[in-house]
Amino acid sequence: MVSALAITNGRVVTPGGLIDGGVLVRDGRIAAIGAIDLPADVETIDAKGKLIAPGLIDVGVFAIDRPAFVVGGITRAVLMPDKGQIETVALVQHAAASGKPKVWVHPLAAATRGLEGHELAEIGLMAREGACGVATGRGWIADSGVMYRLLAYAGALRLRTVSHAEDGGLAGQAVMTDGETATRLGLAAALAEAEALAVARDLLLVEATGAPIHFRQITTARSIALVRAAKSKGLPVSCGITPAHLFLADSAVTGFRTFARLSPPLRDESDRQACLAAVADGTIDLICSGHDPQGPEAKRLPFADAEAGMAGAETLLALCLGLVRDGLIGVERLFDLLSGAPARLFGLPGGAIEVGAEADLLVVDSEAPWRIQSDKMAASAGNTPFDGLPVQGRVARTIKGGMPIL
Amino acid sequence: MSSPPTRPNDGREAHPFPHRHLTGISGLQPHEIAFLLDEAEQWVQLNRGTAKHDDRLAGLTLINAFFENSTRTLLSFEIAGKRLGADVVNMAVAQSSVKKGETLIDTAITLNAMRADMIVIRHEASGAVQLIADKVDCPVLNAGDGRHEHPTQALLDALTIRRRKGRIDGLIVAICGDVLHSRVARSNILSLTALGAEVRVVGPPTLLPPAIERMGVTRFTDFDAGLDGADVVMMLRLQRERMAGGFVPSPREYHALYGLTHERLKRAAPDALVMHPGPMNRGVEIASDVADDLERSAITEQVEMGVAVRMACLDVLTRARRGVMGW
Repeated sequence: MVSALAITNGRVVTPGGLIDGGVLVRDGRIAAIGAIDLPADVETIDAKGKLIAPGLIDVGVFAIDRPAFVVGGITRAVLMPDKGQIETVALVQHAAASGKPKVWVHPLAAATRGLEGHELAEIGLMAREGACGVATGRGWIADSGVMYRLLAYAGALRLRTVSHAEDGGLAGQAVMTDGETATRLGLAAALAEAEALAVARDLLLVEATGAPIHFRQITTARSIALVRAAKSKGLPVSCGITPAHLFLADSAVTGFRTFARLSPPLRDESDRQACLAAVADGTIDLICSGHDPQGPEAKRLPFADAEAGMAGAETLLALCLGLVRDGLIGVERLFDLLSGAPARLFGLPGGAIEVGAEADLLVVDSEAPWRIQSDKMAASAGNTPFDGLPVQGRVARTIKGGMPIL
Repeated sequence: MSSPPTRPNDGREAHPFPHRHLTGISGLQPHEIAFLLDEAEQWVQLNRGTAKHDDRLAGLTLINAFFENSTRTLLSFEIAGKRLGADVVNMAVAQSSVKKGETLIDTAITLNAMRADMIVIRHEASGAVQLIADKVDCPVLNAGDGRHEHPTQALLDALTIRRRKGRIDGLIVAICGDVLHSRVARSNILSLTALGAEVRVVGPPTLLPPAIERMGVTRFTDFDAGLDGADVVMMLRLQRERMAGGFVPSPREYHALYGLTHERLKRAAPDALVMHPGPMNRGVEIASDVADDLERSAITEQVEMGVAVRMACLDVLTRARRGVMGW
């Protein structure tokens, strides 16, 4: 690592707004912002008028996929626990160390033993080994008693619980949201209400325990309304969404496209519009990639047999820049959704360009045109429902802790 | 649904059937459906004669790849292929390497490498036939995929109705029973609405998809109201495992509320036609005396039309391969 690094001639995205100039980094931390004086020993990167933004913090990925994170500008990833993967104390310790130095991985502790939803896992020990929160995994905790005790226990440890909101009874064996597309394709489908039903229960338990909760993905108008009401009551609730649910509706499954098989499933157009509105009005706190690469052996199958999930890390920023271009949100708010809020909610370093903060920085060419191509992705698998889509904006440089890694 | 025609076409008129595969009724134009029905008429005549043979498919290999158990449909396709002179090979799942964990795509590539000229597929997963069709060089015919489509069933039903009623346009057709799990219902809704019928779906709310009206049908949960004035009453099979409380409380309750009896049938038009894709659960969705009433029931005729329709599909889909003029 060089002792000093300056990124000059850019537009710096700070919580207070855009500042013309640069960022000076010393010993891995941000030393100055804006019109900076260049010391003699400094290494400089000319941003050429591009955005200088905080590194992205991706909440709720299912794989440690460094190449995809680096290309996508993700400098910290909050890792979901998964069956057979990260669910015990030792595995959390291993995962927390695994991405360094390029990408830091912050694991979430498995909420219940084996993610079975019955008995509390060793949450406190996992937190000591670096878990930044607790998560229910890919599934819902059906037993309300278990969920109540989990929230109370995790809340006392000052850990936020990440919930997958999908009522298991309604969801059943469903592989998509009920609607015209599911009916025409003859695919097992569940009412979109499965999500709001789970959110409503969890919010009542949050009210009872006072423990913080984060819904990994909120994707329907009804659950957004519930979260909005809970926030207005002052409950410690936050929620995220992926670009897939902001830009695609369930009709994307037409033709049995398994790359569009996601969990939660894609919703109908009116829910999608409600999600966009919730990003604009602040109900949705963060946008995450939901990165879950699945190879052809998991996707080249009949729709119902295929695994859910998409590779999202390297398309996250480009797709979200579309929200700015469409005038839905400003660029400061975009980077709060992608960096600031995740850092605040999970108590992580970085997340904003401020003097003294860790120097996780991006140089972003917000106009660069390119085409998403599933066979040319850096991710371990290229399963993206956005295959073939032309987008604008890509990460030109990624700097982690003051060290250029892209 | 299928790729555009690659065969020569003089461009003066629309190609009567510009599809490489038959994966579903979805994607077919009304005149294309009517064309297949017209083509089937000649095979009805042939099949009623004594020498039921035509050798236009001589030398061609037809593989019936059935990943899901079937007796009737498999037999119907086998007879259709043999009457047209094709070499018919049946691949049943019990004997196949699918049981050994081979993926569907690998199975498709294997069938393709054996140079089949036509593959007929049945599979328990919706969309499986399309998946295979995308990977092979020869025409693929869907013999039922999950809850998605069963196009030849819809064609044989349309042919049966057209022959018995003289038309389809303007008829009221009530499709009754387990619409939720039925590929027969989906294909019939698509073909009958395309051909101008007024289609109703009738059944317990647990067996009707909530969004079914988006397919252009009217939804009835009251059996009598749904039957009122219907010209065709199409009953669907209710799987035994769905009668045990999961979707309906019991077979006897289902029969009491949604079983077709002569008494019930009085609600329909006086000359209403009764149909069933088989196999029937006598005494559950349909009373035996209705099923066996030759005046009203077209159930055995449906089976007969099935062979004719499948012969027409095999003939039409292999025309380009056989070098038929204009294809």
